[in-house]
Amino acid sequence: MKKMRAATAVAAGLLALSAGAVSAEKLTIGLASEPTAMDPHFHNLGPNNALTLHIFDRLVDQDERQRLMPGLAVSWEAVDDLTWEFKLREGVKFHDGSDFTADDVVCTIERAPNVPNSPSSFGTYLKGKTVEKIDDYTVHFKTAEPYPLMANDISTIRIISDETGCGATTEEFNSGTAAIGTGPFKFVSYTPGESIVVERNADYWGEAPVWSEVEFRPISSGPSRVAALLAGDVDMIAAVPTTDIATLEGKDEVQLSQGVSNRVIYLHMDQFRENSPFVKAMDGGDIKNPLMDVRVRKAISMAINRDAIVERVMEGVALPAGQLLPEGFFGVSDNLDVVAYDPEGAKALLAEAGYAEGFQMTIHGPNDRYINDARIAEAVAQMLTRVGIKTAVETMPRSVYFGRASRGADGDLPEFSFILVGWGAGSGEASSPLKSLIHTFDSDKGFGSSNRGRHSDPETDALIEEALRTVDDAKRQDLLAAATERAIDNAAIIPTHFQVNTWAAKAGLKYVARTDEYTLATGVVKE
Amino acid sequence: MTVFIIRRLLQALLVVVLMSVIVFFGVNIVGDPVYMLVSPDADQDDIAAAIARLGLDRPIWEQYLLFLKGALQGDLGNSFIFGEPALQLIMHHMPATMELAFTALMLAIVIGIPLGLYAGLYSESPLSKGIMAGSILGFSLPTFWVGLMLIMLFAVELGWVPATGRGDTATFLGIQSSLFTPDGLSHIFLPALNLALLKISLAIRLTRAGVREALGQDYVKYARAKGLTTRRIIFVHVMKNIMIPVVTVMGLEFGSLIGFSVVTETIFAWPGMGKLLIDAILQLDRPVVVAYLMIIVLFFIVINLIVDILYSLLDPRVRLQDQGA
Repeated sequence: MKKMRAATAVAAGLLALSAGAVSAEKLTIGLASEPTAMDPHFHNLGPNNALTLHIFDRLVDQDERQRLMPGLAVSWEAVDDLTWEFKLREGVKFHDGSDFTADDVVCTIERAPNVPNSPSSFGTYLKGKTVEKIDDYTVHFKTAEPYPLMANDISTIRIISDETGCGATTEEFNSGTAAIGTGPFKFVSYTPGESIVVERNADYWGEAPVWSEVEFRPISSGPSRVAALLAGDVDMIAAVPTTDIATLEGKDEVQLSQGVSNRVIYLHMDQFRENSPFVKAMDGGDIKNPLMDVRVRKAISMAINRDAIVERVMEGVALPAGQLLPEGFFGVSDNLDVVAYDPEGAKALLAEAGYAEGFQMTIHGPNDRYINDARIAEAVAQMLTRVGIKTAVETMPRSVYFGRASRGADGDLPEFSFILVGWGAGSGEASSPLKSLIHTFDSDKGFGSSNRGRHSDPETDALIEEALRTVDDAKRQDLLAAATERAIDNAAIIPTHFQVNTWAAKAGLKYVARTDEYTLATGVVKE
Repeated sequence: MTVFIIRRLLQALLVVVLMSVIVFFGVNIVGDPVYMLVSPDADQDDIAAAIARLGLDRPIWEQYLLFLKGALQGDLGNSFIFGEPALQLIMHHMPATMELAFTALMLAIVIGIPLGLYAGLYSESPLSKGIMAGSILGFSLPTFWVGLMLIMLFAVELGWVPATGRGDTATFLGIQSSLFTPDGLSHIFLPALNLALLKISLAIRLTRAGVREALGQDYVKYARAKGLTTRRIIFVHVMKNIMIPVVTVMGLEFGSLIGFSVVTETIFAWPGMGKLLIDAILQLDRPVVVAYLMIIVLFFIVINLIVDILYSLLDPRVRLQDQGA
């Protein structure tokens, strides 16, 4: 990671002058999913991570395309193979007026993995890392092995105060007594199920927020969220249902903001069982699992009309995918195109692999997790049936689906043969999907934890592992791209499309769409 | 009366125990909460740790015994998602649901009974026929659809009331409720109406049928012969008699208003127990689902008991029977 330095001191000074002139303006946002706590380390979950960013800052920020930016750290660099040095921003104050220093960082890193009753711990990102205070504005993070993704991992942790936060319980954060950060907004109130209110932090070190007060209201039902916007209850809503997009586009009083996400929707295929439970011969008899043959997997990829999925199922609100992340992300390959729709080629390839007669299988997918997930599974099944792979569809609620897809069969093995899933790259670069989806399932190293097809290719594994040891950015970019190319060439998984997210606001407001799907008040701008 | 209540309580206890078995096993054999909780970035160790922390590595009967042990001490388990005691979480969301159900019940009584009375007294008038036709719609239209239509009409098109959410609350006589503020009342109107529609129809039909039946009874004829005013006959004699079935049914329906406000709460983003339940089901927050169902079982039992007691107050025959027994 190259040394980063921001010229924010000047900017902060200018903004401090203009902050007094900002008028009192209230913004109300309708959220699709509700955060489960105000404690930034309680639950590693999108809605929580988005909301706590209003109150708390992180050492390393991610911009709307998840590129790393200086946050409470002004710069970071690897001083040797095992040590990362973070220089902290001086002159930053918590909402209670206390100064931000290295002590806050050290105690945050100690607390974050150890919150009692945490449903999903931040320990995942802090494993094998130790933090050390060098002086008030310098900290060192150390690892046992060279680790290039330090800044990415550190960007998941929100910094709390040594004095008020580190010893506090989750309840104290929820009640507000401990919800004291350095962020652009101050905590006002949290009423579960009802609303979360924050107010402008006039002394914010960065760009002062436009909004004097922001209220977040969870409205889980899609049609109700749209109605709440049209009725003027809220100024902006997240996650507009794709079926409502066309209607809203025609309304003058509503403005849509769209942007591609870091989430790829893909198909995973059983590549580890000789007899796969949901694959049968045309006559219903057992056959050797055809999905183990790379030609069959490629034929499936060619048989899928991605443009049709995007246009008809997703109503134009998605991008066809040819790899694990959309262009512009770190580690994507420039050499990969979206696989072209070629049903004749697919049939020929199936015949070459010895399946001229075709075979039968079932596609399993969730029906309440991704945008239009059940309908995508149906479309894929129809397309495969057209080239001779007679495909049945079975969808189920995510609460049932993910458990079965991950460890539903005997020996905690994946239960299904052919599944539809999605993956959002939280770190904002390609090692995230490569490590979890493509690398061989390996409990000891912690790789391949979501490799539900159990694809395994030693050469790809080697590329991924080397990338995860390479601190040099340019070299790591090449390694990640090479690993992606090899994985796609082997049809380890078949990406279909990238989700595009849609926000809707009343006329005059625009949202700077984020790839991490966060809804942030700081991203709502007036036109 | 005492014997009657004791017998009722014993029956209730049996129902609670049986329900705990059905509910616990029913909820715990479906799905896998682990993958609903852990971050996708979690590795195999994190997942194994989460399974152990939730106690899901134990056999299900052992999980049930642990649940029962906690339940006897008033602990129905911690929410997987919020980490708080499930009971506390539900109690926290209960006032919102109670005020919604109460308002809906009041609407049902205030609107349903007079309309039913009118339709029963003047059954041939066109207005009565209109009322009865309307009540059929109230019965047959799906709640979620009516809810969205109400929002579209009253909130989006006319802009009279807000579309979603609960308004400001105020404290009066120690009760914090949105019923005590104008903002709160404007917020509760639509969801309460939506929830009440079915009950209004029910009240209309029950009242109408009761009135029609009572008008032909000897005591009404006798009262007429005695020269009582029509007003006195209807509001004292007829009403008192037809209220027995109406009170019974409305009482029981109050339980279903509380228990099944799920759809209305979801559509109107009303922060009540129903919304909590549906979220808990979607995310497989098992302790909350189990605790919720157990609370609803208790509710029904208590309401039935109250209805029985009210019934005996309204109808002297019930009291006499019990004394005889």
